[in-house]
Amino acid sequence: MFLIPKPVGKFFHRMASPPYFYDFTGRLIPWLSWIFLFLVIAGLYGGLVLAPADYQQGDSFRIIYIHVPSAWMSLFVYVVMAIAGGIGLIWRIKLAEIVAISSASVGAGFTFIALVTGSLWGKPMWGTWWVWDARLTSELILLFLYLGVIGLYGAIDDKRTASRAVAILALVGVVNIPIIHYSVEWWNTLHQGPTVTKMDKPSIHISMLWPLLVMAVAFKFYYVIAMLQRARTELVVRERNSQWVKLLLESK
Amino acid sequence: MNWQEFFAMGGYAFYVWVSYAITFVVLLALVIMPIIQRKQFMRQQTLRLKRQENP
Amino acid sequence: MALLRAFIAIIRRDLILAFRRRAEMLNPILFFIIVVTLFPLGVGAQPQLLQSIAPGIIWVSALLAAMLSLDGLFRSDFDDGSLEQLLLSPHPTSILILGKIIAHWLVTGLPLILVAPLLAEFLGMHTDALIILLKTLILGTPVLSLVGAIGVALTVGLRRGGMILSLLVLPLYVPVLIFASNAVEMASGGLPVDAQINILLAMLCLALVLAPLPASAALKMSVS
Repeated sequence: MFLIPKPVGKFFHRMASPPYFYDFTGRLIPWLSWIFLFLVIAGLYGGLVLAPADYQQGDSFRIIYIHVPSAWMSLFVYVVMAIAGGIGLIWRIKLAEIVAISSASVGAGFTFIALVTGSLWGKPMWGTWWVWDARLTSELILLFLYLGVIGLYGAIDDKRTASRAVAILALVGVVNIPIIHYSVEWWNTLHQGPTVTKMDKPSIHISMLWPLLVMAVAFKFYYVIAMLQRARTELVVRERNSQWVKLLLESK
Repeated sequence: MNWQEFFAMGGYAFYVWVSYAITFVVLLALVIMPIIQRKQFMRQQTLRLKRQENP
Repeated sequence: MALLRAFIAIIRRDLILAFRRRAEMLNPILFFIIVVTLFPLGVGAQPQLLQSIAPGIIWVSALLAAMLSLDGLFRSDFDDGSLEQLLLSPHPTSILILGKIIAHWLVTGLPLILVAPLLAEFLGMHTDALIILLKTLILGTPVLSLVGAIGVALTVGLRRGGMILSLLVLPLYVPVLIFASNAVEMASGGLPVDAQINILLAMLCLALVLAPLPASAALKMSVS
């Protein structure tokens, strides 16, 4: 703990208090939303207007600006969920538990988007809606993992217990994701020809790359906004009988 | 480049715009749904508090 | 030494309990045989076709049979309260749970391996492929029991845990399915399969060491 500067430690300590968290995130979200809007408009303008059409795929490659950031986010959110779940499990911090379960639905959303846009991109490229491509297949399994987390949380009535169950499952999942990912990739190289690697290009021109990176950062901001919104709802529902929620209701 | 060309997406209009539309709808829903739920919950709780105060 | 004695006592107890209900022991085997029998009826009985999809059929059926048998792992102990006693014992819970998993595998996983030659014959598999099939089953089914134990431990307290259990456990079974069925497929083509067997062995070692830890954490959560 001595490695963490004092103000940072103090900040996290205060964030662990529900009323402070609720108040602080309420003021934070508008700022994040403006940054997100700015980034997303810049990224979309760069990706849909400024970037030249791909010499092989024409304009269909422009799906990359939502497909690839979503695919990145789907993995990133799972890792965040597992870390938050682990923190909640070890130190019994209520807010870490809430962050973990609030991430699940957002992560599932990103996974779903990556799957649907991958399929929509694949249709003109491969001629069919679905190909057992390595990336799409591992994305589908990741969606099942997310649905398992959400389903388990919904199935257990006591939400404190449910959070612990979800944390254990997420940690098991995070150990398994690399194993699943590489086994699917290995399986794919055996069963598929080289035609499916059309999607990932080793070299991408800078005018095509920067909108992709901007969109990736924008999606990170989006994740924080959506996760915090869900966390705030989750928090007031769980703390409905506490004094600060009553004060909050009276102040309205 | 004019607008028509932009919307045509070199013949891939359907795939590109459907992708963007689905993404937009999903992302919007994931933000809006918890807000609506919170508003509803707050309304219920306020009513419950009022009932408790003057039964 | 006391730990070893407790470990063996748990395995013995579970085996005795299982042998008292012999009829239930047959269920996973019957399920395994019936599912494999359904495939020729569904896809047609051309020997060529059956031979090419046999590894996949047998492994997918084994996966489902293993998953269905999982429910019995902690169910009766949870219902009669002996699971709580187990968690209260001074020995590390994960070791005791490993004992339970081993006993469960001996009762449900081992029989699957014993009937596999019969099913391989049904689907017209070669002898070389059969040997590899047995090897993959010996290495793979314990992994299924170990990983599955985490899933059951999470859902044992739920009234309707069955559907959610399959959602939790089946995605985690994917690597075993890929490497095991691929090994059998390669072997029937006369190709070397050392790499796949080694990977399965590595998965078994990893699961043996790691899986009991989350399983015991999940049981403590389910019981409390």
